[in-house]
Amino acid sequence: MIKNISNLGDAAVYCDFGDEVNKEINSSVINYFQNLKDCNFEGITNLTPSYNKLIVSFDLSITNFENTKKIIENLEIKKSHSISKKKIQIPVCCEDEYALDLKKLERKLNKSTDEILEKFFLKEYFCYMTGFIAGMPFLGDIDKNLHAKRLETPRVKVPKGSIGLTEQFCNIYTFESPGGWNIIGNTPLNVFDSLNEDNPNLINPGDTVSFIKINKEKYKKYYE
Amino acid sequence: MSENFFKVIRAGINTTFQDLGRNNLNHIGIPISGVMDKRNYIIANKILQNVPSHPIIEFAYQGPRLVYHGDPLNISVSGDVKFKVFKNKNEIEGKCYETITIQDHDEIDLISTNKSVYGYLGIGADLKIDYQWKSCSINTKANIGSNNGKKLKDNQKIEVLKIKELSRRKLDHINSKIENIRVIKGTNFHYFSKESQAKFFKNEYSVTKLTDRMGMRLEGERLDNIVNNNIKSEGLVKGVIQIPADGNPIIMLADHGTIGGYPKIATVISADFDKLSQLTPGSKIKFKEVNLKDAETIFKLYEMETNNIISKIL
Repeated sequence: MIKNISNLGDAAVYCDFGDEVNKEINSSVINYFQNLKDCNFEGITNLTPSYNKLIVSFDLSITNFENTKKIIENLEIKKSHSISKKKIQIPVCCEDEYALDLKKLERKLNKSTDEILEKFFLKEYFCYMTGFIAGMPFLGDIDKNLHAKRLETPRVKVPKGSIGLTEQFCNIYTFESPGGWNIIGNTPLNVFDSLNEDNPNLINPGDTVSFIKINKEKYKKYYE
Repeated sequence: MSENFFKVIRAGINTTFQDLGRNNLNHIGIPISGVMDKRNYIIANKILQNVPSHPIIEFAYQGPRLVYHGDPLNISVSGDVKFKVFKNKNEIEGKCYETITIQDHDEIDLISTNKSVYGYLGIGADLKIDYQWKSCSINTKANIGSNNGKKLKDNQKIEVLKIKELSRRKLDHINSKIENIRVIKGTNFHYFSKESQAKFFKNEYSVTKLTDRMGMRLEGERLDNIVNNNIKSEGLVKGVIQIPADGNPIIMLADHGTIGGYPKIATVISADFDKLSQLTPGSKIKFKEVNLKDAETIFKLYEMETNNIISKIL
């Protein structure tokens, strides 16, 4: 449920679902998002769901904050909206040339590479949201022993396909971009396809992702 | 029908096709994109009697040099742009905000923008370019939009389809001078000490070179965050001012990341996006607080002013 509604600038509504990050709150965000999306209200130009917030942008030449706020407050929420619930396997190569920050993580976490990777590959991860760059999934929650802060100086260029960790989350860089997450490997799989306009993202909020460890030989085969 | 096209002799800096951008894709990580200076985009197209969402060539600092081959065609340049048109051996000093008819073998050299960043070359014809999610806007970071999502390159062709009627139209217009940038307090305004809150509105910030279509980085006196340098990642909108750990503000622009994890101190009002986008590195910014009601009124005035300007096209 929305706890507070306020304005973000003059052309967006900021819906706050609380401070915590968990599946339940996130499902509520996604539910609101889906219901609003289906209604196709005139003047609403973008919906940006995240862990526990939903931002509703609108065209100030068509509508305004008060009207959009009313739409959100009066929205009839149909329960059990069908959200994506696919299970997706992502191959990852963690050999030196792809695992840019694994050595640093060994020191940060006081664990060996083997221990870090064992814990990482053991779990399945829930997709809370996609964004920052096109198609990037925000996945969680990773093992408590793998929580690390962002890099002190973010990279100007993180290679396409990089798998990053920070705090309780992991992500996939869908293309080369700036970024500050700790990189532990790289996937040869294309996670975002701009030519597929109806469904460009391989992973969507609500999906479950498991990572499969592959060696360099197998990694290279994807490009043949 | 003969083939009509432009050939790019020199691509210029950050030369892209743009229109009003693409909505309703933030949730998969795709920003709106679109022109940086909307008013100048609208004027250039209106002079050519193009539809309001017609593709335009946007450039930063230095524009392209193009040679045209084909049947006569109208162009118009908007912004504060120094440019030349070459007809046979004649060199003609270009004037912004009027139709210019170009013919086979004519060249256009968009030399530079004056004390501003973005300039626009409007073309009075349909162009053979691709659309993604109904927009031609090029996002070079995600390689989305026309031209395979990439900047224009030297030697490439721009194919021209249907050419519009060659009427003559012009406008007397001078771009307004830089003034204060007006903002509404952000959702994390209270993360900053009382002293820093006051500083934010009192101090001057300079625009740095680390500024592009994604965002504008500013430099100024450091602000004290007394709560947390990070927030749980959440959505961003154009105009949001984030303050990362180093204390220097970053303002989100047309190609901004859709999600971010730094505190939001304020948001620039919609009416000030055009003039903000035109600030060159080294320019000084002062933030002025307005409330939501004022921002809405100022936006109505901004729209009226745009309509007033384009109604003066003769």
